[in-house]
Amino acid sequence: MNKTKIKITNLYKIFGNNSKKYISSVRDGMSKDELLSKYNHVLGLDNINLNVEDQSIQVVMGLSGSGKSTLIRHINRLIEPTEGTVTVDGEDITKLNKMDLLEFRRNKTGMVFQRFALFPHQNILDNVQFGLSIKNLDKSDSIERAMYWIEKVGLTGFENKFPNQLSGGMQQRVGLARALATDPDILLMDEAFSALDPLIRTDMQDQLLDLQKNLNKTIMFITHDLDEALKLGDRIAILNGGKLVQDGNAEEILLKPADQYVANFVKDVNRIKVLKIKTILDQGGERANSNPTVNVNDSIENCMPAILESQSGLNVIDEKNNFVGSVSKNKIIDILQKSKD
Amino acid sequence: MNLSELFLTFPEMSKESLRMFRKSVDGAYRNFSREYGDTIEAVFDPVLYFLVWFEKLLQNSPWPLIILAILILVYLGSRSIYLTIGSLIALLLIGYFGMWEDTMSTVSIIGVCTFMSIGLGIPIGIAMSNSDRARAAITPILDVMQTMPSFVYLIPVVMLLGIGKIPGLLAVIIYAIPPIIRLTDLGIREVDKEVLEAADAFGANKAQKLFRVQLPLALPTIFAGINQTIMMALAMVVIASMIGVKGLGQPVLKAITNQYFTMGLLNGLAIVALAIIFDRVSQSFGKRLQQHRSGSRE
Repeated sequence: MNKTKIKITNLYKIFGNNSKKYISSVRDGMSKDELLSKYNHVLGLDNINLNVEDQSIQVVMGLSGSGKSTLIRHINRLIEPTEGTVTVDGEDITKLNKMDLLEFRRNKTGMVFQRFALFPHQNILDNVQFGLSIKNLDKSDSIERAMYWIEKVGLTGFENKFPNQLSGGMQQRVGLARALATDPDILLMDEAFSALDPLIRTDMQDQLLDLQKNLNKTIMFITHDLDEALKLGDRIAILNGGKLVQDGNAEEILLKPADQYVANFVKDVNRIKVLKIKTILDQGGERANSNPTVNVNDSIENCMPAILESQSGLNVIDEKNNFVGSVSKNKIIDILQKSKD
Repeated sequence: MNLSELFLTFPEMSKESLRMFRKSVDGAYRNFSREYGDTIEAVFDPVLYFLVWFEKLLQNSPWPLIILAILILVYLGSRSIYLTIGSLIALLLIGYFGMWEDTMSTVSIIGVCTFMSIGLGIPIGIAMSNSDRARAAITPILDVMQTMPSFVYLIPVVMLLGIGKIPGLLAVIIYAIPPIIRLTDLGIREVDKEVLEAADAFGANKAQKLFRVQLPLALPTIFAGINQTIMMALAMVVIASMIGVKGLGQPVLKAITNQYFTMGLLNGLAIVALAIIFDRVSQSFGKRLQQHRSGSRE
């Protein structure tokens, strides 16, 4: 397990003019509805505790109004917490003064927005350069870096166009390039692909995963789309009404939902598509030569042909072709049975 | 006094106290202007020098040169060959009917007023957009400036500074500056919150946000304000001529008092021609600024 990059501890956010006043009532268990009807204050986040592993993709999922966009804005303090701490690399960013906060945002975080939020008066090159120009870097150096990222996201030739001349998918690639150009450790993506149509969205997801292979950023990704969450997330945190109801990897969320809310969320998911062989693997044992061999990182769905021709189960190997264990046919049938429920 | 009488005649203050009230305010102001009039006039001296210099420059330069300069500006502003030709014809006619010198006076005072309004108005507008309290304080002042009949504030200005160019300049600016202040404020407030949030997320400080995001995005709106300011300044030309500002207003004034219909009409048309040129150029320039700023969606 990697070290913790972002640590959120006992984080509360109450929206309203007198938020500090009601924090103790909320801590004593006052509900979101009660706070709203009694004091006309909105409970945004309710005692969030979350550790984000270094170089991982942490998805935060929830329906609209669940507080996920509020949560992500606490990482770079676009929203001030009412109480609690957010530490990045051990440094409590809720204590940063104004200047240090600007420096933190300039160097440590990049952000991608749901509706792109590009600067409409600047061309693509200047948009991608924005974070660099804010830091007053050398002009030719920052142009070079911006051009590198424009090429990386596949927009070479468009650097002199303006945002309104580009399609939605292209605009969000500009947004991604803009966020990556300052080479931040942390990438905050607020429903970054939600405004795109499904084909483009899948494309962008693949591109993000592809980039992440070499970049190893710590990515916090907000979404309301479970398929997207399962595809991208190393870990998935689920918010409901400002509360964190579950944080776990895809298998945990699917197989052991923490409550009815999460269960409802995941009930329509195609499990065999999401679950990987490694989650149902029996480690060790002997290689059965009569059985076909599959990779530990394959999804069950991808192994279906192998499963069909197998006698008693599957041999499982890792990336380096070492035998790591086996999966019995009964176990697979068991999973298939479950996913029908 | 019975009740019906109380409702029929307003219980006003006595004539005597009203007279005393007016007298004391007038007296206090007269003392003030006697005391500080010269100092305040001295403050405006640099503006006066500039105004005189600019007027002389326009009047003493060869007229073909001025026309050429104006036409170049018109073309750069509007990129329209028709407007440029139209302006040429209008300017030639103005000269032919003997109004060249007055027109140059008017152009110079409008020019100086517009520059001063921009110079003062944009910072005030920025301050207003920055704080709701400043906005609440400034808005009623702007309302007064725009609705108070200009003759009313001409009285204290003339009392303080006498008759001449500076009081005229002040009167024009008081009348013409509100739109640029209001529209600067509006333009900055209208900047997309998400775009501002993006600027924040990349660590832009206040000045960087203002100069790289807010002002550029507000520019088309600010330009609409500049356009309005120019139009309103032109509308004040006749009134300003009553306190000694030279230009197209003076012949109009003479025409009113002597019932010279043609003289009034010609000078009036010259003002209209100037207004149309200024308006079309600044509008199409503003429109061109807007090209890429209309939001980031298709």
